[in-house]
Amino acid sequence: MTELIELTIEEARAGLREKKFSAVELTKACLKSVGEAKELNAVVHDTSELAIKQASNADQILSKGMGESLCGIPIGVKDLFCTKGVLTQAGSHILNGFKPEYESTITKQLWDSGAVMVGKLNMDEFAMGSSNETSTYGNAINPWQEVNDSRKLVPGGSSGGSAAAVSADLCLGAIGTDTGGSIRQPAAFVGITGLKPTYGRCSRWGVVAFASSLDQAGPMTKSVRDAAILLKTMSGHDEKDSTSADLPVPDFESFLTGDIKGKKIGIPREYRLDGMSNEIEELWSDGMKMLEEAGAEIIDISLPHTKFALPVYYVVAPAEASSNLARYDGVRFGHRAELSLGDGITEMYEKTRAEGFGDEVKRRVMIGTYVLSAGFYDAYYNRARKVRTLIKNDFEAVFNQNIDAILTPSTPSSAFAIGEMENVDPVQMYLNDIFTVPVNLAGLPGISVPVRLDKNGLPLGLQLIGKPWEEGDMLNIAYSLEKSASFDAKPKKWW
Amino acid sequence: MAIDIETARKVAKLARIAIDDNDLPRVASELSGILSFMEQLNELDVSGIEPMTSVTPMELKRRQDQITDGNQQSSVLANAPENKEGFFVVPKVVE
Repeated sequence: MTELIELTIEEARAGLREKKFSAVELTKACLKSVGEAKELNAVVHDTSELAIKQASNADQILSKGMGESLCGIPIGVKDLFCTKGVLTQAGSHILNGFKPEYESTITKQLWDSGAVMVGKLNMDEFAMGSSNETSTYGNAINPWQEVNDSRKLVPGGSSGGSAAAVSADLCLGAIGTDTGGSIRQPAAFVGITGLKPTYGRCSRWGVVAFASSLDQAGPMTKSVRDAAILLKTMSGHDEKDSTSADLPVPDFESFLTGDIKGKKIGIPREYRLDGMSNEIEELWSDGMKMLEEAGAEIIDISLPHTKFALPVYYVVAPAEASSNLARYDGVRFGHRAELSLGDGITEMYEKTRAEGFGDEVKRRVMIGTYVLSAGFYDAYYNRARKVRTLIKNDFEAVFNQNIDAILTPSTPSSAFAIGEMENVDPVQMYLNDIFTVPVNLAGLPGISVPVRLDKNGLPLGLQLIGKPWEEGDMLNIAYSLEKSASFDAKPKKWW
Repeated sequence: MAIDIETARKVAKLARIAIDDNDLPRVASELSGILSFMEQLNELDVSGIEPMTSVTPMELKRRQDQITDGNQQSSVLANAPENKEGFFVVPKVVE
């Protein structure tokens, strides 16, 4: 029999109802797995006591023949979500010791539906990074290693802890957030499914803000169906977030027929980068073949402003971050610097923020401050917002030509080694998000599906981009791709 | 546009992040690198294009102007590095 920790959410949902095991047994198995995986540094705050309590409650509900899909399912939570009474630091020293007095809307919806919190998961500081190397807790480590090479690899970022935890079977699924690729890129790096919903599908209330017009939470799971199950519970309008859409939440699982006959899949020619590796090229064309064999039509499309997406992102996201992170001032929560005699309030702000923020966060706050400052606002920030309109128009134009979804690689490469990008300039690291960033700029849903291993034995994923609010249709195409790819590799346990 | 050391100092001040004088040249050069990456945006003609304000066209929700929350002084202060008699404590602000 498959070990409990290896189950998908779908399998565990069935097993719990057939009384093959209890939620407490399932939770204990995950907690044991967490305990054995310290080396991965994926779980940064222990919530085992709470987990057992939640699991016993879930067992009571299940014993009455009740309970929603997630009842009794152990889920990991990115450290960006505020969880009442449980440390929430967004991977930053500046939120040292912060225990929220309230629960984020998304996690509240999870616990209300009976889900169990396995632990808080590692991440890049304030979700700024693509390798989980900027966390105050230290690096999260990818469970995967190259064949015959024991170098430690990054799990991607910023939701690196979530990715590592799901891939290493520490939890059945996890929640992450995605501002420029922070769910899809790490999902691809560890061989799991990661979905960023349409902007506004999930409430941002209680999720520590990075760039408010781009941030969106989503599921990271072992299968496409699990993503559909978890997304349903995460979604919905919230009075506390005026940008959350007041739209009915469909039963995403019911879209998973696997029938994609006649679907039109766009292949954007601008994503064919100069110097793209053969392996990524082949992965992409194999994906096209799989969808074509399943009855879809592959259509060459153009998204002419693609190359401007990263420069737009690196104006807009830091601008919003510089404003959002102004709240970390050493007054209301978190870290406050020791002051010298004669220091006033300005010195307190400056010293607190110098000590509390890491280098990447400082860099982005300063870039944001610069592009918003008098004299440069029009040249940078407003220009970037105008180009963002052009990028969104590109997508609208192809969807108006009846394209159902767009297929691209998820990342330009497989996972790289810890420290490998340390001495390159920051822009090189930003290029990791080249295929994912345009999706956030346009507010669209996107999903990364694991497809195969590269020549070094590391996972590679493909991304599908859907129409706004049509996650269901996108999930169904992803489901078809998943079936054709039949990726079932697991990392070899070394930890 | 390259950021010189004086501009870096000014930006750090505006961002309220203390930066050691010795670190300013490194910071200036990193910021310059990122900004030069953004210069690509100048290749485009954006005249007549509206700056994006919202990714999904939606009308902002309104509600009655009523108090919906409050009386949570201890919760509000629970995470403060320093508080006294129901207030946040900060260094002296006015001389």
